Amino acid sequence: MTPNSADDDRHRRLAAVRPRLVAFALMHLRDAAQAEDAVQEALVAAIEKPEAFAGRSGYETWVFGILKYKILDAMRAQRRQGKWQPLEDETDDEAIDRQFQRNGRWQESARPSSWGEPEATFENEYFWQVFDACMIGLPDNLARVFSLRELMGLSTGDICQEVGIKENNCWVMLHRARLRLRACIERGWLEESA
Amino acid sequence: MMMCKQATRLMSLKRDRPLTFQERLSLRLHLAMCGACRNCDRQFELLHQVGRHYEPTSEDDGERHEQSDDDPGSPGR
Repeated sequence: MTPNSADDDRHRRLAAVRPRLVAFALMHLRDAAQAEDAVQEALVAAIEKPEAFAGRSGYETWVFGILKYKILDAMRAQRRQGKWQPLEDETDDEAIDRQFQRNGRWQESARPSSWGEPEATFENEYFWQVFDACMIGLPDNLARVFSLRELMGLSTGDICQEVGIKENNCWVMLHRARLRLRACIERGWLEESA
Repeated sequence: MMMCKQATRLMSLKRDRPLTFQERLSLRLHLAMCGACRNCDRQFELLHQVGRHYEPTSEDDGERHEQSDDDPGSPGR
């Protein structure tokens, strides 16, 4: 491959992966313009420093790695602007209370069912549509903490530092995010197969 | 006796920090008796794995070795 056609190939692959990068950034930043900016910066970095790609991972994965740093930078800026609130009231969440009876058992209508084999679920395009929609439906602070933990893979200790909340608060938020997500996904997921 | 709601708290927590012995024991007891919570536990696990599948799993993982394995350190030993 000549250098030029290698460049063309990379540009083509960047264009192809761009929508997923934007969706990923949006989940963390919850702001379309900031998500676009973070992706733009990541793409520029990838194009300007192609020699930094060591070939140890796939090219797209490498670009994703760059994007993660850009997202973290943007999140720090959001924090400075005061866009991050910890949970104020740790005891009350209606969306979650609806899943349980007063005595702490599942509501009949909310009892978790089986989603089948994880691998098959992940390969199903429809699952990702439901997942993305449910992420968008989460309250901002829960979505941010969930994406830092489960999409970015940060520890709750690191998240506390990153966003300036107490670790205990972080665990409460993750519990809520997971319960809301599971209920939302289950609704969308089972509707499709019904 | 721990109820489902508290059980989900431990199911969530165990993905973020190691549970204490007491917590592990009460969660295990609850899961042994409650099918809905076992499903919930699997759903949390799936959500826990979502990140690994969210990144583009590049189809070119196989071809990367062709370009990258010119490590100067080892040949000849």
